[in-house]
Amino acid sequence: MSDFLNIILKADDTAAAVPNCTPVTFLVTSKKLTEVAHELHVNPQTYFDQLSCVTGIDNGPDTSTMEVIYHLYSIPFNLSLALKVILSRKDPVVPTLSSVWKSADWLERETFDMYGIIFERHPDLRRILMPADWEGFPLRKDYKEQERYRDVQVKY
Amino acid sequence: MSATPANNDQSKVSIPVTQEDPSTFAYKESFGNSGLIITNIDNLFNWSRLSSLFPMTFGIACCAIEFMSTGTAPYDMDRLGMVPRATPRQSDVMIVAGTVTFKMADRIRRLYEQMAEPRYVISMGSCANCGGPYWQHGYHVVKGVDRIIPVDIYVPGCPPRPEALIGGILKLHEKISGESLMKHE
Amino acid sequence: MALHKTVTQNKIQYHFESDNLELSEPNKFKAGDLRSEEMILNVGPQHPSTHGVLRLEVISDGEVIKDVVPHIGYLHRCFEKHAESLPYNQVIPFVDRMDYVASMNSEHAYAMGVERMLGITGLPKRVEYIRVLVAELNRIASHLIAIGTYGLDLGAFTPMFCAMRDREHILRMLEWTCGARLLYNYIWIGGLYYDIPVGFEDKCSEFVTYFKPKLKELEDLLINNKIFIDRTANVGVLPLDLAINCGATGPMLRGSGLRLDLRRTDAYSVYPELEFEVPIGEGKMGTVGDCWDRTWVRVREIEESLRIIQQCVTKLTGEHKRTRDFDPQALVPKKIRPSAQDFYVRAENPKGELGFFFRADGKSDIPFRCKARSCCFVNLSILPELTKGVLIADLIAIVGSLDIVLGEVDR
Repeated sequence: MSDFLNIILKADDTAAAVPNCTPVTFLVTSKKLTEVAHELHVNPQTYFDQLSCVTGIDNGPDTSTMEVIYHLYSIPFNLSLALKVILSRKDPVVPTLSSVWKSADWLERETFDMYGIIFERHPDLRRILMPADWEGFPLRKDYKEQERYRDVQVKY
Repeated sequence: MSATPANNDQSKVSIPVTQEDPSTFAYKESFGNSGLIITNIDNLFNWSRLSSLFPMTFGIACCAIEFMSTGTAPYDMDRLGMVPRATPRQSDVMIVAGTVTFKMADRIRRLYEQMAEPRYVISMGSCANCGGPYWQHGYHVVKGVDRIIPVDIYVPGCPPRPEALIGGILKLHEKISGESLMKHE
Repeated sequence: MALHKTVTQNKIQYHFESDNLELSEPNKFKAGDLRSEEMILNVGPQHPSTHGVLRLEVISDGEVIKDVVPHIGYLHRCFEKHAESLPYNQVIPFVDRMDYVASMNSEHAYAMGVERMLGITGLPKRVEYIRVLVAELNRIASHLIAIGTYGLDLGAFTPMFCAMRDREHILRMLEWTCGARLLYNYIWIGGLYYDIPVGFEDKCSEFVTYFKPKLKELEDLLINNKIFIDRTANVGVLPLDLAINCGATGPMLRGSGLRLDLRRTDAYSVYPELEFEVPIGEGKMGTVGDCWDRTWVRVREIEESLRIIQQCVTKLTGEHKRTRDFDPQALVPKKIRPSAQDFYVRAENPKGELGFFFRADGKSDIPFRCKARSCCFVNLSILPELTKGVLIADLIAIVGSLDIVLGEVDR
């Protein structure tokens, strides 16, 4: 774990490990995210060549934070790692990782669709699972379904 | 009145008819080997319609796999005369197999409108009947395809067994055999 | 003239506007963006190919494809919202319905994840072997659908019937075990719902002996068929570095030549005690990583699964045979309340790496967040890269070789 931390600290000096996480998770600032990711991708000790999963989390309107968690996997060394970014709920913006891993493209689109988190410099940020004229971001904790869509009642 | 055969043919089958009201004859009789059947137009049309219902290949989700199983292996649909057609313009029955979502709702409506009458809809599986297991928290699930198109037969199950689907199709056969060209709504 | 009276329960509520379709899922390209010889074709959500409701927006110059934009979401059933509203054990039926042709594998991954979070180790070996047995049976069923429907897409009707006939045997065995043909709810957190019935192990061995020649027949009929080879070899070649960068897993990645199988890498459940090979694509009929390779990898994986089933049956009738006091629900916890943590578990589904990310807040039996990292979603995102400059007929061959199940793509 300390090797990871050293590598990450090179790119972002405010990084810290997060307890109680499997795989080992590091909290990074959203501004330095692309540099950290690039460093982990090319560093000869780690070579994280696969981005497995991008998860958005909404901590609720009380805490007013949102998080994005990236799970990385290194095939040559069989290492797993997660990066965590904390964003504000009012204006959730984070840089995209699609320049480092192409799999981030669709995974980030899905996170945008479900939470409304904007990924800067994403090549094509639009809704992927919900209809384009759907109102609201469904997985937020304070989401209320719209009454009707095309005049069909949404609730049972 | 039972018809007497022209010759004493042992292989003739004569079905006695009900004689209450001659104007509502349900008069089916076959005359030996001459290949002549007398029936009424309603029965003939209904029989020909129900014996060759062409379903549209419209599998959406898990029920589609059971629909595919009904079409192959021991539950063959082909023996009921059902050959899946890909285009709605050539199909008689739309078996909505799977969960209907709001994004898909517009397309289902359009496909239904593209089918030529007489057309029937079988709602297969509990997702298409009423929203299924997703009724409570499914924001994107239409709670029953009958909010979008009119449905004739509901087949319950999650997913319904192929036998259940065939049972539903036979119910549809019963329904079709009760139709009439003359009756107006 | 209405010929019959419908018996609709609900009132029809749908309201039609002419631009409904365009508003709900607009095309990425408009007619004005294209050059004059290009056109937009729509391989719509309803199509004869049996993969489900996938819409492809194809920009083509005559028969040659310039770009493909997949549109998904037609089967989005809000799995993650359900997982945030129900206790951990009640989410298992929803996990089934994501990848509905390989439910046992999905349940296995989910149950493993929650058990590790709770710290449940030391499940009885019999439970573990039964889990692997049904998971491998389901892997064979899933690959049979993949191969059968792939043939159907390309116009070969007979292999589909062969594959479905053999799949019926597997489905009947699984129905004998847990009552359902397709969506099982069998692998519970901490154990299983029921023990396998008496005589199940013998039936499994019988099935293995029955199926080996049938697999050879299917292979000769479809995979080694000259027409199939001509349509799939050298088509949709996926280079290895692109595959890794795009996040491909499962037979897509193994078809491109990388021997990566999570059953060996992560060594979960009882797979370390079982002997099986991991097949990779070798470019036998064309280039490494083409559609033929991926299908060939799936056929070889069916063979390896048969080996695994044979070994499980030997163990289940030998060392870990049924005893009178065996209770598959012995370790099923009454209250599932993991401590506060983040947890990511992954397992090898027939289609790739299925991962579940849990965030437990330690205070309730309901997950705070449960995200399903679906293999088909990421595999499908590679499609635009694979289809530059191919013909439209090749597009169908490529989509078939991805082996996607829309329930998992859309969750």
